[in-house]
Amino acid sequence: MSAPEILLAVNGLAKRFGAVVALRDASLELRAGEVQALMGANGAGKSTLVKILTGVFGADGGEITIRGRACRFRSPAEARDAGLVSVYQDPALVPDLTVAQNLRLARAPLDAARQWLTELGIADPDVGAFVRDLPFQTLRLIDLARALASDPSILLIDEITASLPADLSARIFAIVRHWRERGRGVIFISHRMAEVSVLCDRATVLRDGVTVGATETARGSEERIVELMLGYEVARAAADTAPTPGQPYGDAVPALEVNHLRAGRLLQDVSFALHPGEVLGIAALDGQGQEELFDCIAGVRDRDGGEIHSHGALRRFRHPADAIRAGIVLVPANRLQAMLPQRSIRENVALPSYGPLSRWGPIAMRRERGRVENAIRRLQVDTRAESELRRLSGGNQQKVMIARWLASAFKILLCFDPTRGIDIGTKRQIYALLRELAAAGSAVLLFTSELPEIRLACDRVIVLFGGRVVREMSAAEADEATLLRAAHGLVARREDAA
Amino acid sequence: MNAPAQSIRPHGPSAISLGSRFGAMLRRHTIGALILLLLAFVAGIEVARPGTVTPIWISNILLFAAPLGILAAGQTLVMLAGGIDLSVASVATASAYLMATHSSQGGSAAVLWGLGVGLLVGAVNGLGIAVLRVQPLVMTLGTGLMTEGTLIVYSQKLMASAPRVPSFIQSLGSGKVLGGVPIDLFAWIPLGFLVLIGLPRTGLGRLIYAVGDNREACELAGVRVWQVLFADYIMCGLFAAVAGLVIVGGTNAADMSLADVYLLPSVAAAIIGGTSIFGGRGGYAGSVVGALILTVLNSLLTLLDAPEPIRQILYGAIILLLAAAYTRLTD
Repeated sequence: MSAPEILLAVNGLAKRFGAVVALRDASLELRAGEVQALMGANGAGKSTLVKILTGVFGADGGEITIRGRACRFRSPAEARDAGLVSVYQDPALVPDLTVAQNLRLARAPLDAARQWLTELGIADPDVGAFVRDLPFQTLRLIDLARALASDPSILLIDEITASLPADLSARIFAIVRHWRERGRGVIFISHRMAEVSVLCDRATVLRDGVTVGATETARGSEERIVELMLGYEVARAAADTAPTPGQPYGDAVPALEVNHLRAGRLLQDVSFALHPGEVLGIAALDGQGQEELFDCIAGVRDRDGGEIHSHGALRRFRHPADAIRAGIVLVPANRLQAMLPQRSIRENVALPSYGPLSRWGPIAMRRERGRVENAIRRLQVDTRAESELRRLSGGNQQKVMIARWLASAFKILLCFDPTRGIDIGTKRQIYALLRELAAAGSAVLLFTSELPEIRLACDRVIVLFGGRVVREMSAAEADEATLLRAAHGLVARREDAA
Repeated sequence: MNAPAQSIRPHGPSAISLGSRFGAMLRRHTIGALILLLLAFVAGIEVARPGTVTPIWISNILLFAAPLGILAAGQTLVMLAGGIDLSVASVATASAYLMATHSSQGGSAAVLWGLGVGLLVGAVNGLGIAVLRVQPLVMTLGTGLMTEGTLIVYSQKLMASAPRVPSFIQSLGSGKVLGGVPIDLFAWIPLGFLVLIGLPRTGLGRLIYAVGDNREACELAGVRVWQVLFADYIMCGLFAAVAGLVIVGGTNAADMSLADVYLLPSVAAAIIGGTSIFGGRGGYAGSVVGALILTVLNSLLTLLDAPEPIRQILYGAIILLLAAAYTRLTD
């Protein structure tokens, strides 16, 4: 067997941002006709590597060769001309332009893009629609179609399946395989181990900005990849987060009781009780009313009907401050909503403590420092870039958002998809922390879009469909298949007839 | 989360260019860089007109910088929260005028009239911006014009008591003690320290930064953002009122366009000092140096006998250059 052509070789790439070293020694080899996974914990340098490859950043050192020729890109346009195109985690589209205008902006051939959109299952794409009016899923597909339309020889895909339903993911995989068959190369970034082992030929693993290994991705290689990503000891420790068996609650007063809650178009009628010491999972496809549910309980929006009780008292929240005073705090899905990008970790963590007027005065600096350090130590936040939160990796930003509430007092923690787009090691840390908080007497309500994760963290699950609770089960019953069926509304048996 | 054992691996081309190292140094010590710039201007003056920089000249620069510094304090506070206050000049003028026309009621009553204007306009600004969510630029432009108009009507109705600047206000705005220390520093220094220390070390200070950085995040964290903005614009109004008193003490005549020339410099001082017009980043220390730089620049242009248009061109160019430098440094 003759060795396949090396499409892309990266050698010793280095990049630093001020004092933060993002890449130290990243190397990678992509063969023609290969789909290669690029893996690593949050902050390992995957995104930086992709951005250097596509000319967004310049490298401080190292070399890139394409088909044996040394290259150095000064802009994404140069990279595109050399055949490298990427699809980013967040679609790079201008909201106030139409789809067609966006495509033209990226100099993507319109006809080809339209054809790819059809291929991706958007029959008869309306390219005259404004981007801001389109749902997020569609935007990702448009972004992908834009990339495909320029017919790149090397396609880089960053976390595209993180929020896509299974059928769309399948279509994307088909296209990736098509690219492989044509003897081209694909670099695929994903945190989903299952996807990687099905789709990719090999995986290159980064840790702390260094390539720590490349491995075949046959089934059974998952543990090997996790070990590479985390280093051995961390991987072992993180695996020890088995859920505690659920306890019976009897007549104890629930921490949170929701009765026939209704809000907006999507949330129709949801009731449940959440007890101290319990982690209650919510499973649902996108748009089944879970956003509205969390927003109502956290005081972000008012309900249209129904009741919310916490610790036995009827509540009505007109502002998040009301909910926080009642001990209910929210970690929202999109950390950009909750973080102060230009401020330090410390100010981000301490923010809620200055809400009340009575706390506007002088700050007890030493006490504050103690509380903040405690919280970020508990979450093992990487503090190398502590002076501005935007310089931290996504996973570390999310940890800071959780640390914020650890540093203040709460009784009920609402976590809305806290691990979206976060590496597996950080995920396990977050779930272990939720268990720990519950063990200490807090009540936790957790929505996660990653169904297999439910069993890791929860005692009990309720499944929402069409704005109603369609199923309730213990974590032990909640395997992925059962949850998925219920989440699609494919459940026949439901105990109460009301 | 670092793997310490293997993280210490020297890498060949790690030599960072001198330029980016200098950039990193400036990023960490922006105030230091600004002070160097200030000293460069002072040196420039001494070179252009040897013998100019004397203790008396320095004392005069401080005297003239104080009202601008006080105005810039308020401006910095609202800019950090992502806003701007274009009514400060009108408020300063109105404060001075009302104080002067009420001087017959006694010194402290007159001063209270002046501060009252600042409080009132600040509260109206705060209400519009914080509660009704009017764009700060539009809101304060409107209230500034309204203040000006009201003041003209008021001055025309006023026949009896002509405006008179009390002697203690005169010495506040133009006097010196202890062999050359301007008295207005005794207003500027305590107020300045309050802002300088209050911004990083009080709850309200932190909230001002936070609101400017991400308003939605503040709401989610349980901060009632309108309260913060309301307080912020009131403080700005009060600072403008105090500045008006200092200014009128220097000119000794309360006319209708008294503080107009200070409006854009108050914004410029904050921008030169590194406060982002989008909010969330900066601080008062920079604005203080910014106010001094602008005052020295003015003095330089006066010394060179530069005509007004040239003066404006240089003024604008320097602000643009510094703003561009900041953008490069901080992004």
